[in-house]
Amino acid sequence: MADVIMPQMGESIFEGTITKWLKKPGDKIERDEPLFEISTDKVDAEIPSPSAGVLKEIKVNEGQTVPIQTVVAVIDADGAGASAGAPAAASAPAPAPAKTEAPAQASAPPRTEAPPKPASSPAPSAPRAAAPSATPAPPPRPNGQKIRSSPLVRRIARENNVDLAQIPGTGAGGRISKHDIRAAIEGGAASGGASRSASGVSAAGAAPARTASAPPPAAGGAAASAVLETAVPREKMYFGHYEVQPMSVMRQRIAEHMVLSKRVSPHVYSVDEVNVSGIAALRSKLKDKFEQSSGTKLTFMPFFVRAAVEGLRAFPTVNSSVDGTNIVLHKECNIGIAVALDWGLIVPVIKNAEEKNFLGIARALNDLAERARTKKLKPEEVAESTFSITNPGVFGGLFGLPVINQPNVAILGLGTIEKRPVVVDDAIAIRSMVYLTLSYDHRVVDGAVAHQFMGKVKHTLENWTESIL
Amino acid sequence: MAAITMLEGIRQAIFEEMDRDPAVVALGEDIGVYGGAFKVTEGLLARFGPERVIDAPISETAIVGAACGMGYLGLRPIVEMQFIDFIACCFNQVTNFAAKSHYRWGAPVPMVLRGPSGGGVHGGPFHSANPEMYFMHTPGLKIIYPSTAYDAKGLLKSAVRDNNPVLFFEHKYLYRRIKEEIPAEEYTVPIGKAVVRREGKDLTILSYAAMVHTSMEAAEMLAKEGIDAEVIDLRTLLPLDRDAILASVKKTNKLLIVHEDTRTGGIAGEIAALVCEGAFEDLDGPIARVTSLDTPVPYSPPLEERFLPNAEKVAAAARDLAKY
Repeated sequence: MADVIMPQMGESIFEGTITKWLKKPGDKIERDEPLFEISTDKVDAEIPSPSAGVLKEIKVNEGQTVPIQTVVAVIDADGAGASAGAPAAASAPAPAPAKTEAPAQASAPPRTEAPPKPASSPAPSAPRAAAPSATPAPPPRPNGQKIRSSPLVRRIARENNVDLAQIPGTGAGGRISKHDIRAAIEGGAASGGASRSASGVSAAGAAPARTASAPPPAAGGAAASAVLETAVPREKMYFGHYEVQPMSVMRQRIAEHMVLSKRVSPHVYSVDEVNVSGIAALRSKLKDKFEQSSGTKLTFMPFFVRAAVEGLRAFPTVNSSVDGTNIVLHKECNIGIAVALDWGLIVPVIKNAEEKNFLGIARALNDLAERARTKKLKPEEVAESTFSITNPGVFGGLFGLPVINQPNVAILGLGTIEKRPVVVDDAIAIRSMVYLTLSYDHRVVDGAVAHQFMGKVKHTLENWTESIL
Repeated sequence: MAAITMLEGIRQAIFEEMDRDPAVVALGEDIGVYGGAFKVTEGLLARFGPERVIDAPISETAIVGAACGMGYLGLRPIVEMQFIDFIACCFNQVTNFAAKSHYRWGAPVPMVLRGPSGGGVHGGPFHSANPEMYFMHTPGLKIIYPSTAYDAKGLLKSAVRDNNPVLFFEHKYLYRRIKEEIPAEEYTVPIGKAVVRREGKDLTILSYAAMVHTSMEAAEMLAKEGIDAEVIDLRTLLPLDRDAILASVKKTNKLLIVHEDTRTGGIAGEIAALVCEGAFEDLDGPIARVTSLDTPVPYSPPLEERFLPNAEKVAAAARDLAKY
């Protein structure tokens, strides 16, 4: 026996009306053969049979409106001979488990479990819309296809907050292998919430593009945020094929913060070039020893944090906040470090960096970054920064012009470290070079101070003296 | 330091242990005057005399029973099964008596029960057994199944010094086919420790005894195709080296188990369960196995060849696994 249910024809559709039965009880039916027609607010659609067999019973008559997931008919699969025992077919939307032996009346009262409300569903009062008639078939399960992976891949996905539906599989049978997911993570693709392809066409090409997509949400996301607004009328955004994805809370906070920062602080940008050959040599020389003795990996980041602290101590204006017409000069150097996550971005703070030696900073950095990625940061650890550093260089950026992290008045951006030909004493030499950028708030930081600050940072990096062990 | 065979390694271990400890004695069928069916104990009688090298009547039950009694009285018997197949005859003595003795009476039986095992030499159904799994299920026993001359010698010496019954299986295909140089000075190899025979990153081939060599051959074939297999030699089956198994699976994320024993109820099943318990979320593919077929060992050479795993079969299974 297989139950036939009222399918959900769109995200905001919770009921449907049966307009016509195309088969009578006792008729033979093949799997995917049209069985009945339904009508929702906007479309009429033919619903195919979830399995082959004999239509045993019709439970909902023409003209009746029932909630989705309601059992509307029962098919006796055994009567078919064809594809014996095929369970409620995979193509059936959220198939009710095939009832094994239950007598017909056992399922007579229409099932009215609350339909699973998509978290993103707009207010119930929003006008209902339906899937367009172009797709009469019930909507496929989230990806249309079963995602094949392995326990290891699922664990890696969970730990990195990766959506497996977004990763193409190259293993046997299209399986997502260890290599696939590692490549995806390293390539920065497929992050959990944030980066689904806007067109809804999956990169894998595995799932058929969801042609047309749920209609525009009634109220749009705009109402949810006082800060975020749309630059063009909403109607101009919804065209062609698309998928609407609500912002995560983190994404909303980032968006609001960026808008406010750009609105409040007049940004000015300076770029400097720093020769980090000495540091690079020091690092490669002491890398193993450092890790052995400290248990912490030796990266470039602590060098830059230390150098920034030197600059901040020399030019306290850069380490301030602006309160109307007051400048709040912070005595602590609390350095916010932008950490890229697969699901967004967070800026944990190294408190009192001016009191920490190199090792202390390196430890704090690794600890905060690790806990940022495992969602174990405490609220106070992402607050009270006085200055911030971001590192687009790790993603290969030559340099970036970051937006100031409020309430700071400046942010240091690190470019990628690479060997470049440079002029040294009238000769061309190869050196490890990096572009450093400073975005600063011109209300309180003038170009002169900014460049002096950058000079101090550059000098500290190029003439490194501090013992790192 | 000349290269020696595995048989010679075993012989040296027996001689050295009997030299070292007067409590060590040897008994078995034809081990004295004749020097053993495979000549493992050649010269032993002349060297140590009939009180310590005992030719036993053809009754495995009597031999193991006598060895248990010797053990209680302070001796450390090394018992030879002429062919390990005959260990079935003394199954009761081994499993009900020797294995439980320490547990029930606080009286351990320091016995080594050794003998030639395994197929590939056209020995037919009564002279080719791999009986490890009959005993794997018996707490109180240790099971060793080495693959090299070095290990055979070092592990046999450890087995003699162990205070509880140890089954020591000697793959007869390897007796004279492999040779290696071993240290002139005394050494032992610890019981319960597996060893990595070949480092690799793409998948782990877990094996023991003759199949280690088959697995190594397969690994070399696979290397030419760009599949980097790690090969692990268990050496001791009971207790299994769980840490080594899990460590390798966590490294390569794929596991192929190869054993010459028949498939159903073979050790691969136990290892698969162990890996699922300890490293499920490290698996990037199904746990695969290559084993002998579920039949008696055929006498006919072409049938035996079909029956046994070989490097091609191992490589084919590894290729399938690598595709996941």
